[in-house]
Amino acid sequence: MLSRVADRIFWMSRQMERAENMARILGVTSNLVLFGTKDAQQQKNLLAPLSITETDEAFFASHKKLTLPALLDFMALDEKNPSSIYSCLKWARENGHAVRWQITSEMWETLNATWLELKGFKRKDIIGADATRFFDWVKDRSHLFRGVTYGTIVRGEAFNFSRLGTFLERADNTARILDVKYHILLPRVEDVGGALDYYQWAALLRSVSAFETYRTLYRDQIFPIKVAELLLLERRMPRSLAASFDQVTEALSRIEGQNDQAAKRLASELHARLTHADIEEIFQGGLHEYLESCLDDIGELGSRIQRAYLGTI
Amino acid sequence: MAAQVQHYDEMNLPGAGGRRVREHYGPLVEWLAAMPPERVAEKRREADLLFHRVGITFAVYGDEAGSERLIPFDTIPRIIPIAEWEILAKGLTQRVTALNHFLHDIYHEQRILKAGVIPSEQVLTNEAYQVSMIGLELPNHVYSHIAGIDLIRHEDGSYYVLEDNLRTPSGVSYMLENRKMMMRLFPELFATQSVLPVEHYPGLLLETLRASAPGEMREPTVVVLTPGQHNSAYFEHAFLAQQMGVELVEGADLFVKDGRVYMRTTGGRQRVDVIYRRVDDTYLDPLTFRPDSFLGVPGLLSVYRAGNVSLANALGTGVADDKSTYPYVPDMVRFYLSEEPILKNVPTWQLKKPDDLAHVMDNLAKLVVKEVQGSGGYGMLIGPTSAKKEVEAYRGRILANPANYIAQPTLSLSTCPTFVEQGIAPRHIDLRPFVLSSKDVKFVPGGLTRVALKEGSLVVNSSQGGGTKDTWVVE
Repeated sequence: MLSRVADRIFWMSRQMERAENMARILGVTSNLVLFGTKDAQQQKNLLAPLSITETDEAFFASHKKLTLPALLDFMALDEKNPSSIYSCLKWARENGHAVRWQITSEMWETLNATWLELKGFKRKDIIGADATRFFDWVKDRSHLFRGVTYGTIVRGEAFNFSRLGTFLERADNTARILDVKYHILLPRVEDVGGALDYYQWAALLRSVSAFETYRTLYRDQIFPIKVAELLLLERRMPRSLAASFDQVTEALSRIEGQNDQAAKRLASELHARLTHADIEEIFQGGLHEYLESCLDDIGELGSRIQRAYLGTI
Repeated sequence: MAAQVQHYDEMNLPGAGGRRVREHYGPLVEWLAAMPPERVAEKRREADLLFHRVGITFAVYGDEAGSERLIPFDTIPRIIPIAEWEILAKGLTQRVTALNHFLHDIYHEQRILKAGVIPSEQVLTNEAYQVSMIGLELPNHVYSHIAGIDLIRHEDGSYYVLEDNLRTPSGVSYMLENRKMMMRLFPELFATQSVLPVEHYPGLLLETLRASAPGEMREPTVVVLTPGQHNSAYFEHAFLAQQMGVELVEGADLFVKDGRVYMRTTGGRQRVDVIYRRVDDTYLDPLTFRPDSFLGVPGLLSVYRAGNVSLANALGTGVADDKSTYPYVPDMVRFYLSEEPILKNVPTWQLKKPDDLAHVMDNLAKLVVKEVQGSGGYGMLIGPTSAKKEVEAYRGRILANPANYIAQPTLSLSTCPTFVEQGIAPRHIDLRPFVLSSKDVKFVPGGLTRVALKEGSLVVNSSQGGGTKDTWVVE
């Protein structure tokens, strides 16, 4: 497959996945803020989506106060914010359009309809009363796109690069969600295993569709160490890092390249690390440090994939 | 204002008030008469919807609306009896063969110039003449692998060549999709008569391109080179690549290394042997032509000149389809093939010649005047349908630079029944068959029929409100 085409498909899939995760993060944030009480906690909750996407500086460059409507406006609709849902859906469609003859017409129609429907939403509704409906819609469109892709595309390089993009992005996003939330929820190491704000943790689990999964798998109260284990190492949990890397390594194994040893080696290393890791050890070394190194490696893997298959950055 | 000229009616026999039709239209007319109008309307809506779905679109991609324009498709086919087509086929083969001989000659011995058949300056000072092509040996000596020859039928019932398109002629995707649509909408029509197939065109095209590879290659790699998704014919580029099962590449996908052309793929670099390029000559290689072009491949020309890659069509074919070269094509047939031309040329006045200019100036309101390098129906004057003021304004432009213009009598394009708002009415049509040349000459029967949808209009170009029809050659 042409590198340019693979690159478009890879990013199209990443952007769709990113839009979904952004909707998840914002959905949870607005719930927390609406039901929360303490002001200090409010500000932390509002800051989380900005920290996750590393856009806090950009936000405060154009906004004085961090409020829920301002945050939603910036993260959902701001054209200038490359991580906004608007930008993700726009670029997913742009990339899809550039390769619409290499993807299925159903995939293209899904991307195009998503973009056109997005334009039908009203700004004041999204940052106000209709926020939840909007985030649910984004999740639905992402589910639909992934399903349409899986159900219609030929099993070949286009499929492989689409899967690769989807799951690399998901691993990255889940790690970020866990890292930032963990900081807010547990500022001090000695608090691990201590008393918890039930709503906060339940919200974190819901943001990755893992609340029911937690209950099913652990049949226990919500403990942070188990939440971390679920999101990091539990491969039955489809949004965990381990499950995402199962898919990343599987997709990579189907792709043949000329100079891709570096990319494949790093993917296997990460996969092995997540397979054999012990959550107690991770906590002893520091969860934040562990997640930081995961994010670094995921970033590096992205660059290596880019160099190996998709042309220089 | 409608052109008040006699014209040939493709379907109705003259003098019977439209009650008697030509034999080859018989089955269609019967079928049409038996169809309830609601069903016809329903089928036409269905065609519209399907074309939108498939994305057979034209014109530039508008970012905001995400919409693309359809070329109107008319569901009444244009029918050509096979006996007539066989003559056309012979004529097309003859004409395109002579044109390829001409192109080889002017980049080699220049016999036709030395013999004084065509003035040297007509060829050698032409903008489209490529000095870099001189002396280059091309596989099969073919320059225009894909040619689109525009034909019209005059009131006397005979076909005339209106122009030769030897650079990057487009429209073949509409020919293929129109047929697919007709078979889908009206399968019963194809059951009752024998319409010759056109579906094998992509196969013939691939065969032609492979046969044009450098040297004796067993499995040459063919690609389609497109300027990109913003090009008005992008749909066709993607369509043909998909139909042939080859890669659709953009300039940035290709690179030159060690005297070869490669494409960047996820599996590493892959050598490219034949480029069906839909990019104009001057954009092909920024090292040789326009340095600001991002559409081409730096160094491509050096590989081409070394004979390590084939381009279809070759560089520098434009000199042969120029409107000022057109008058000489019958002479080319006689010169290279020692045959009489089968296809007629429209009589043409070259305004660089003082006698011709004087004649045209005296009769401007009766004539059609075109720019030598113009295309797409732009920049032309149709005397009989233009207001006096327009004619006079055009006269000034001609006098400022007569060599830039040619003039022809106003031809009456034949008409074919067409669905219009008021029902079925005659509209003017032309025909563009696509001729493929490599070791031999191939084509599918028929071609693309374009129809001027405005009443009385003689301009069939899609950019000027033209539509298309399926074209049937029937046995």
